[in-house]
Amino acid sequence: MSFVEYGDTIKDGDTAIVFLGHESMFPVKVQHGTVTQTKYGVIRHSTDLIGKKYGSKVTCSKGGWVFILHPTPELWTMNLPHRTQILYSTDISIITMMLELKPGSIVCESGTGSGSLSHALIRTVAPTGHLYTVEFHQQRAEKAREEFREHGVEHLVTVTNQDVCKNGFGVSNIADAVFLDIPSPWEAIGHAKSALKAEGGRICSFSPCIEQVQRTCLAMEEYGFTEINTLEILLRVYNVRTVSLQIPDLGKADEDNSSTGFDSSNPSHQGSPCANLQQGTVQFKSGVPLREVVGHTGYLTFATKS
Amino acid sequence: AMEGGPGARIREGDCAVLKRDEVFKAVSVLRRRKIIFEKQWFYLDNAIGHIYGTTFEVTSGGNLQPKQEVEETATETKEAGTDNRNIVDDGKSQKLTHDDIKALKDKGIKGQEIVQQLIENSTTFRDKTEFAQDKYIKKKKKKYEAVITIVKPSTRILSTMYYAREPGKINHMRYDTLAQMLTLGNIHAGNKMIVMETCAGLVLGAVMERMGGYGSIIQMYPGGGPVRAATSCFGFPKHFFDNLHEFPLSKVQSLLSGTFSTETLPAEPEENTLLEEESNGLPEEKQSSLQETEEEPAPEAPMDINPTEEQDTMDINAEDVEFKENKEKENKESVREKQIKQWERRKKLKEAAALLREKNADGLIVASKFHPTPLLLSLLEFVAPSRPFVVYCQYKEPLLECYTKLRERGGVVNLKLSETWLRNYQVLPDRSHPKLTMSGGGGYLLSGITVLLEKDKPDPRNSEALKMEEPSSKRCKLQDLPC
Repeated sequence: MSFVEYGDTIKDGDTAIVFLGHESMFPVKVQHGTVTQTKYGVIRHSTDLIGKKYGSKVTCSKGGWVFILHPTPELWTMNLPHRTQILYSTDISIITMMLELKPGSIVCESGTGSGSLSHALIRTVAPTGHLYTVEFHQQRAEKAREEFREHGVEHLVTVTNQDVCKNGFGVSNIADAVFLDIPSPWEAIGHAKSALKAEGGRICSFSPCIEQVQRTCLAMEEYGFTEINTLEILLRVYNVRTVSLQIPDLGKADEDNSSTGFDSSNPSHQGSPCANLQQGTVQFKSGVPLREVVGHTGYLTFATKS
Repeated sequence: AMEGGPGARIREGDCAVLKRDEVFKAVSVLRRRKIIFEKQWFYLDNAIGHIYGTTFEVTSGGNLQPKQEVEETATETKEAGTDNRNIVDDGKSQKLTHDDIKALKDKGIKGQEIVQQLIENSTTFRDKTEFAQDKYIKKKKKKYEAVITIVKPSTRILSTMYYAREPGKINHMRYDTLAQMLTLGNIHAGNKMIVMETCAGLVLGAVMERMGGYGSIIQMYPGGGPVRAATSCFGFPKHFFDNLHEFPLSKVQSLLSGTFSTETLPAEPEENTLLEEESNGLPEEKQSSLQETEEEPAPEAPMDINPTEEQDTMDINAEDVEFKENKEKENKESVREKQIKQWERRKKLKEAAALLREKNADGLIVASKFHPTPLLLSLLEFVAPSRPFVVYCQYKEPLLECYTKLRERGGVVNLKLSETWLRNYQVLPDRSHPKLTMSGGGGYLLSGITVLLEKDKPDPRNSEALKMEEPSSKRCKLQDLPC
């Protein structure tokens, strides 16, 4: 397995995703002799995982079972250990498309953070592209390097520990795209421009606050970027539910009958009162929005180097 | 990687996209071909050889000329008002008439100069606030300084263009929804993808772009042949098409039940029925038809292929005889060519069938006008376990049904029904606010991951099997029933 290439069977050293059911999952490092605890019991790597096909059902010691899934950047994003606030797949999707990324692309990114976007970018530019990612926090930079190694993608990425606003990305005139997710992106626009190829490179800056966006747009304009465009994207998830709604009792058209509720003797009502109540409901399938949804992640500003 | 060096240049035969502000139009770059775009007529000849991304002006002769970089005159503190309480919109504040402006245009005066003239001849300009002046200038520039940028097609450009110009052709799939599909589907180099779309080939093109020519794609198609009009816009190198296969939906059932044969080929499409009405904004029919009719039998010999008839009417005239002999030869050749083409079609069909039969595809993308349920239930059979699938539908309700049927079928986890909400912003100093709301128009997605499907369900009367059944609370949770 690797995050950039599918494999069929689980191998020693793989990162696999243990799926327990409905949005409940966690990553696991597959290792001979190791054991993983789940609420359904124990999973023994040597017998339960290694050699099994991805997508297999594994029965745990207590009798319950789980599915073992092949890792993808999207599953990784949902399960990775957070060292910082991360970008989720909704933003990552539009970033990838608007930056026109594809196999062979050269991308620059700062800050690396927890590596959520990084994994997605690496997947997209593989096998011939490269990600240059800059992180000013030394431990986070090191952790990122470690993870890329474990996930078999270190040949596709270079992690640099420096401040992008002061020292840039460490490359010049070669990037197809630059991505910024830092507190003061306007301070890095000049460096972004020099990292980008001569013509047609794309830039994206992600900022939670509109004031940051305003400053960044101004800087982009000053540095001669064109097609400057700011947008935001939100995900709306629907739960599929069978809903039953009761039919209200509106009484009878015939006023002579004094009964107020359902009347089993009335020929217009079929069957017993219980059946009436049961018949007095309508069932339908609905896509129900969640009670609480994400209302804001950040503004995405895109532009082109001309 | 072909990137990194100097930008790609516009070449004759390319599919290029014309851009003016937010308006796009795809055209074939051909010499001496008149193009209409945004109320302007011009030829693309002068654009050939320039780098993509270059901005042009249209000269009076209908030719393109690269726009000179003009230094914006430094904004000296100009005279401006504070609000519009005294500004009356009586339509009389502009002193230049339509004819005056036309005269300026005819003289060949540059757009910039016209805008300047309009400002000087506006009685209310200096009373406007700075913001209003800014807005006025922008509006006039947009109208009179007609600049066109020629951009290289990409998923970003084409999906935006199609959504704005011909949303009906792509089942009203908004470009951010397409972006989600590509990511949720983990589309990347090396995949073996199954794609079923009726979006003019836009989704196929987007998938091909993200695969970079690596891996393989089997495009499922309804009717006689796949539509790839939009795909040809992307300008992919030839080798991208080496591992692009196609397979007719009409043969799916037979493939699944093991009765597949190439005895009957899907009816060959008429050229006309396949071609899209490319009225505005889409490339010339000729280009797309070239792609689609690749596998068509030898063309247009409108000749009778009945040799006996020919012999009956043979003339004594030697010339005529020779002519008729040649015609017979041609007839035989065209029959032969037809046979070869048919044989090739059969061969390709068998290859595609073999690829599907392996049942190890790395993913499935469905984006069509058809009800998604039967498509998903059948096509998922060809996908390996632990692989993502994404289904697009313009409407939510069919996906509700699809979700339910998938739960019944089993073999899928992490089912999610979603849509994305997109909003664009105007960002200007002291004037930042959302621009337009596009929510509610982008379509819906159902995504999930396959898992090993257990075909044999344990017999509930079997005590052994009972032991292995999951605790009921767990079952309820996993199957996501309304508990």
